[in-house]
Amino acid sequence: MMQTFSEVLAHTDLVALQLATFDTAAVQKALDTQRLSLSDFQALISPAALPFLPQMLDKASQLTRQQFGAARQLFAPLYVSNLCANECTYCGFSMSQALKRRVLTREELWIEANAVKHLGHDQLLLVAGEHERKVGMDYFRQHIPMLKPLFSRLMLEVQPLDIDDYRELKLLGIDTVLVYQETYQAQAYAKYHLKGKKMDMQWRINCPDRLGGAGIDKIGLGILLGLADWRLDAVLLAKHLRYLQQQYPYCQFSVALPRLRPCSGGISSAFAISDREFVQLYCAFRLLAPELDLTLSTRESPALRDLMLPLMITSLSAGSKTQPGGYQVAPQSLQQFSIDDDRSAQDMASRLSSLGLQPVWTNWHPAFGRG
Amino acid sequence: MFTIANTSLPQLLLGSGKFSSPAMMIDAIRASGTGLVTVALKRLKPGEPSHDLISPLRQTGVKILPNTSGAVNAKEAVFAAELARELLQTHWVKLEIHPDPRFLMPDPEQTLIAARELVKLGFVVLPYCSADPMLCLRLQEAGCAAVMPLGAAIGSNQGLQTQAMLEIIIEQAKVPVIVDAGLGLPSHACAALEMGASAVLVNTAIATAADPVQAAHGFRLAVEAGAAAQAARCAPASKQAHASSPVAALLSFLS
Repeated sequence: MMQTFSEVLAHTDLVALQLATFDTAAVQKALDTQRLSLSDFQALISPAALPFLPQMLDKASQLTRQQFGAARQLFAPLYVSNLCANECTYCGFSMSQALKRRVLTREELWIEANAVKHLGHDQLLLVAGEHERKVGMDYFRQHIPMLKPLFSRLMLEVQPLDIDDYRELKLLGIDTVLVYQETYQAQAYAKYHLKGKKMDMQWRINCPDRLGGAGIDKIGLGILLGLADWRLDAVLLAKHLRYLQQQYPYCQFSVALPRLRPCSGGISSAFAISDREFVQLYCAFRLLAPELDLTLSTRESPALRDLMLPLMITSLSAGSKTQPGGYQVAPQSLQQFSIDDDRSAQDMASRLSSLGLQPVWTNWHPAFGRG
Repeated sequence: MFTIANTSLPQLLLGSGKFSSPAMMIDAIRASGTGLVTVALKRLKPGEPSHDLISPLRQTGVKILPNTSGAVNAKEAVFAAELARELLQTHWVKLEIHPDPRFLMPDPEQTLIAARELVKLGFVVLPYCSADPMLCLRLQEAGCAAVMPLGAAIGSNQGLQTQAMLEIIIEQAKVPVIVDAGLGLPSHACAALEMGASAVLVNTAIATAADPVQAAHGFRLAVEAGAAAQAARCAPASKQAHASSPVAALLSFLS
C-alpha cells in the first residue's frame, strides 16, 4: 500500500505548528542557511521576518536568477466547462450559482484551442469545474488527442482522479496536473466545501501522491489564501512539497498562491493577507526550494505582477479568459473569478522583455514524459 | 583549439539558456569567441524551430550543438537526438539525461545506454555525465567523441568540486574531456584547462552575470590562460623551496 500525505498530516501537530513563534535570531539563521528546514521556512513567513523583507527579496532574486536566469514561461488556461457538482462558498462556478452552464463541444474546443494558439501560446492548461459524468475520463479520452499536436505542453486542472486515470492521461498526452488543496485545515475545509465530491478532503490531499505514483511529469500544488490562517496553510504546503519531492524524486513541482478574489455570489475573506505578506510568502518558497516553478495569477494587479516577476516568479498565465468559450466562442459569458491583469499575451511578452526577462513559450517536447 | 570528429573548436563552449534576450545571447557569444553553442531541443517551437533562437545563432556562424535536456531516459534522449538531427541538420548531439528535476544530476545508467545506441545510429555523441572515472571510460569505449563530466551541479557556480575525480578522468581519457556544469568564475575555467581538460562549457555563469558580455570576455581570457599553461607544461607546486638550476649546478661543482 502506497504511503500518503494524509497519513503524514495525521501525525502532524497542527496546533504546535500554529502556535510556534519566531524571533529575529531564528529569521537571521534561516536567511543564512543554504538548505532550509521547515522550521526555517516558518521563521521566514512569521511576522518577525517582515522587517527582513529586503534581505529576503535579495536572496530570492539571486536564487531565481541562478536557477532560471531570465527565462519566464508563459501559458494560458482554457476553460472547457463551468459545470460543477460541488458547492464551494468562494467559487463563482458552484452548483447553486445561477449562471449559464456550458461544456465545450469538440468543435468549440477546437476553435478555442486554436484561438489560444493564435495568441502565441504553446503551453495549454485545460480547466474544468468538477463534473465527473459530463467532463470526466470519457471527455478527456475523446478530446485530448485532438489538442495534443497543437501544444508542446498540456496541463490539466480538473477534479482529482484515480491513479489509473492519471496513468492513462499521461499516455494521452497530459504533462502536468494541477490540484490545489485550497486549505489543509480540516475545519476550514469543511466550512467552505458544502456539497459534492470536493467535500472529501482526504481524496484531494492524497491526489498528488496518486499523480506521483502514476509518473505524471509535473505536479502543481497550491493553497487559496484567504480561507484560513495562511501561515499554517503555507507551512503545511511546504511540508507537502518536501514530502512529495522525497517520495517522487523524478517529478517536477510548481506552486501557486492565489489570493481569494471577488467572484459572483462569493464570500469575502476574514483571513486577508497583505501585499507585503504575500511577497514575503513567495520569497520564502523561493528560499525553501530554489528549483521550484513559482506561478503568479492574473488575479494580481499588473503593477504587483511586474514588480514580482523579475524577482521570484518563473511562470505566468497571460491573456487569460476564465470562462468556457472565453477566447472566441462566447467571450461575453461570466468568468470564474475576476481578473486584475488583463493584458494580452503579446503585451505581457513585450513587458517581460522590457523588464530584461525572456518570455519562454516553449520549454518541452511532446515526446518527453510518455513513459 | 581542440578537435572533435576532425573539427577544430575553441576551448570555450557556451550554452544558450537563461539569457535575458536573444540579442544579449548573441553579444555574449561573440565576446566569448566560442565556435560551438548548445541548444535544448525542448526550446524549439514545433513547426517553427528557427523562430527566435536558431536564426540569430546561425548568423553568428557558430556550430549549433543540440542537446537532449528534458529527456528522462535513454529512449527519450535517442528520440530527441534524432529529431534534432532532422531539424538542425547536424549529427552531433550533447547527450543529457537528468531525470531528477531538483539537482539535474545526470543519470549514469541511461546515459551509457543512450550513448551506445546513438553511436550505432551514427551520431557524434558528447555525453554530459557525472565525474565518475569508470563511467567516463565506459562512455569512451562506447564510441563517444568526448566526455563531459560535471565540475559541480548545473547552475551552481561552485567551481571544480569534483577536482580529484576530474584529474583521474583526464589522465585516463583518450577522447577530449570537456568540463561541463558548475563553473562559476573565469578562474574555475582556467583551472580546468590547467588540469588538462580540453575545453569547458559555460552557461549560467555568463548568462546570469549582471554583464554577460564582460563575463564571456573574462571566460575567453581565462580559457586562453589555462590553455597556455597547459601547453607550457608549467612545473608542479612544491611545499619546499627548490634552487633554480644554475645555483644547483654551482653547488654540485663545489661539493
